[in-house]
Amino acid sequence: MKVKIEVMLKDAILDPQGNTIKKSLIGLGFKNVKSVRQGKLIEIELNSNSSNKEKSNIEKMCEDVLTNSLTEKYKIKFLKNK
Amino acid sequence: MKIAIVVFPGSNCDRDISWAIENICGKKPNYLWHKEKNFANYDLIILPGGFSYGDYLRCGAIGSHSPIINEIKKRSQKGAKIIGICNGFQILTESKLLPGSLLQNENLKFVCKKVFLKVNNNRTFFSKKYKLNEIINVPVAHMEGRYYCSKKTLKELENNEQIVFKYCSDNGDINSTNNPNGSIMNIAGIINLKGNILGMMPHPERCSEEILGGENGINFFKSVLESIN
Repeated sequence: MKVKIEVMLKDAILDPQGNTIKKSLIGLGFKNVKSVRQGKLIEIELNSNSSNKEKSNIEKMCEDVLTNSLTEKYKIKFLKNK
Repeated sequence: MKIAIVVFPGSNCDRDISWAIENICGKKPNYLWHKEKNFANYDLIILPGGFSYGDYLRCGAIGSHSPIINEIKKRSQKGAKIIGICNGFQILTESKLLPGSLLQNENLKFVCKKVFLKVNNNRTFFSKKYKLNEIINVPVAHMEGRYYCSKKTLKELENNEQIVFKYCSDNGDINSTNNPNGSIMNIAGIINLKGNILGMMPHPERCSEEILGGENGINFFKSVLESIN
């Protein structure tokens, strides 16, 4: 089973990279761009196929290592094997 | 007086700090590999600058889970003095030994230059050889030095006089023009509440010898060396 973890800076935190991308897009003519935030995507493959069992482990990974709870927020998505 | 410098994969200021300390007091610090868990007692443990683990994930994040950090937490509770410079500061915030976090510089540039700092508190183990409000010239070299913390933490830092160094102009004005990275309140260095752990982005080891272009860092090392003597 694969897990995708989307990590974004919290809304209140200034994201200079996002702002730079926004300026560039507007400069290229995409005038409707209102704001851009840039985050990161972490993909983990597990030796397990039970999202129920792994949920708390993944959350612990996010809280302890993968994100900084002061500045970042995250979303976990389990992708079951077909 | 026993001093250790922790070496992580990617540390690159460990030898500079050792050189500066040996020059100032004649004592040679020991290096400790970050995997160490059993080591002698040290009065002072320094986390140097560099790019531990290549700055992967977040600066200092992976280093903050190195085996030595748990031991440093224990030793700091027993009163050992801990200094984190640059990447060392990032490791201290990631390991929650100091509050707040260091984010990407506001201007997205790797800032590598000499800046002016105001000594905001000289009643600490790490700054007592400076005068209060003394302006010192110290190099910075970082991409992620924008100090950030919650409003509540900022109030605590201010009320408890935990802000030791602030970025300023050559005549001591604290404003956004002289803030190299966008740090909240121009914060360049803080201590913990107990006062035995300090983190700072600027590099005092790079200005502790005339040949390097300045000696304003000498009193930083003299302060802490006197404190552990």
